[in-house]
Amino acid sequence: MLRRPASARYIALLLALALALASVPAWAPRFWIYIATQALIFAIFAMSLDLLLGYAGLPSFGHAAFYGVGAYACALLALREVDGLAPLLLVGAVAAALAAVPIGALSLRTTGIYFLMLTLAFAQMLWGLAVNWISLTRGTDGLIGIPRPTLPGLATLNITFYERGAFFILCLVVAIVTFVSLQALARSPFGKTLEGIRENERRMRALGCPTFRYRFAAFVVAAAFAGVAGALAAMSNGYATPDLLYWTGSGLALVAVVVGGARSLIGPVLGAFFVLFAQLGLSTFVERWELILGTLFIAFVLFLPGGLVGLVRRT
Amino acid sequence: MEVSVARLTVRFGALAALNRVDISVATGERRAVIGPNGAGKTTLLNVIAGELQPTEGTVHLGERDATSLPTWRRARLGLGRTFQRSTLFSRLTVVENLALAIRARRRDSWRFWPVGDRALNEEVKGRLEASGLAHLAGRTAARLGHGERRILEVELALAASPSALLLDEPMAGLSAGERQTTLGRLRSLPKDVTVVIVEHDLDAVFALAERVTVLDHGVKIADGPAAEVRADPRVQEVYLGPI
Repeated sequence: MLRRPASARYIALLLALALALASVPAWAPRFWIYIATQALIFAIFAMSLDLLLGYAGLPSFGHAAFYGVGAYACALLALREVDGLAPLLLVGAVAAALAAVPIGALSLRTTGIYFLMLTLAFAQMLWGLAVNWISLTRGTDGLIGIPRPTLPGLATLNITFYERGAFFILCLVVAIVTFVSLQALARSPFGKTLEGIRENERRMRALGCPTFRYRFAAFVVAAAFAGVAGALAAMSNGYATPDLLYWTGSGLALVAVVVGGARSLIGPVLGAFFVLFAQLGLSTFVERWELILGTLFIAFVLFLPGGLVGLVRRT
Repeated sequence: MEVSVARLTVRFGALAALNRVDISVATGERRAVIGPNGAGKTTLLNVIAGELQPTEGTVHLGERDATSLPTWRRARLGLGRTFQRSTLFSRLTVVENLALAIRARRRDSWRFWPVGDRALNEEVKGRLEASGLAHLAGRTAARLGHGERRILEVELALAASPSALLLDEPMAGLSAGERQTTLGRLRSLPKDVTVVIVEHDLDAVFALAERVTVLDHGVKIADGPAAEVRADPRVQEVYLGPI
């Protein structure tokens, strides 16, 4: 009565999508496996942003900061010869969450456009830090030669994450775990409260809800997942540069969430794939591909506010 | 819970929306606050609820000095309220609206995975039936009619099980039938619940409240049993009009 249970058709569709993705390494050319890996990492990042934008109603324009912090944390640890998948992903999550504590505590005192500008400003400050703290980050050269971790079970099978297929499957697993966790969070009492705060903060306060704490928790959790995506990006690229924290990353993620459809988690995944493939397809033909992507974005906002997911829901 | 304000002053620039107002509402009392438009009635409720800081004066909830407490803390002390303009969760259904209010009262929302909640479902069902909104359970609040929105507005406040309740014109724009429903819901409140009601509908005021406070231009001009206030010539002049 309170929750529409996920329909069997929806679950079947998700499983089919997961299986189709899992089969990619078996048939796709190497280049496309690489692109699909990038898309999955971007999808994890976009899903984490959707927790803020879609569920909590917080338009963060600085989410790339946490992606970048996660990437740098993972890179720094991996370069100090820490091996192991779990610690490297975890350090990305924890570092990003820690960075989100002061940023959230200050930004969340505002809402709407002010929140957007504050998150943007803080993210650009962190970007500046990545450029200028040369002893730690090597500035614009970035950290290079980041090794990928090993996994004991896989090593005995003679598979390493340096193989594109294996690394792709790793990203897929992390993406699925992210999807399921955030879906559970969205349907939990916590998620419902977040939804109430998004719809009417004044009423929630009048009902005795300390709204700031809920938003703050959501902000930190979203940052942690963004940090995991960043850690995967560092492993995937083998380097971490200040670009990862730049505001264009935040902007692209916002585009992915809106194009795919906020307030659903499959939306940002579709949006991430759409944006990445659009970028790839367009940039081979036109130099100013951003112009076309921007036009597409405006078209979506005007004519399809529910995003790609809204298109399916309507029919 | 006792609700009282002392020497309460709220200034917006040169205008004193409230000027040294003292009101004390005993536990379980049903108090109406009436007065012409701009008398400071809604301002008074906003100060008691904590949405507005007074320029001077204090607000007490029970024994506690609540003057500097945030809204949500006052709500947790047992203060509930409705708003003059319906303040609902527009894009959520009536059921989800009620569930949010009940969850807020139970303070058990720090759980991060979906949970089946039979007690919650039962309570929502009960409140739907008692308020006559059962046939609208699955409709979003944005798609309710005016009267239905007002009823849900009151129902959200009731779902918090307040020990003191501030009502800001709960009857405004209701049909005769809806008025009866709302009046019935308010009468069914436990006897120890304190009620402060701001209302233009004087029939409702006198049906519900035993004591009446009259505000005019931010000043309290009368305070006492309903019949006495009704007979007060000053009140008749400013509020009921010259006879």
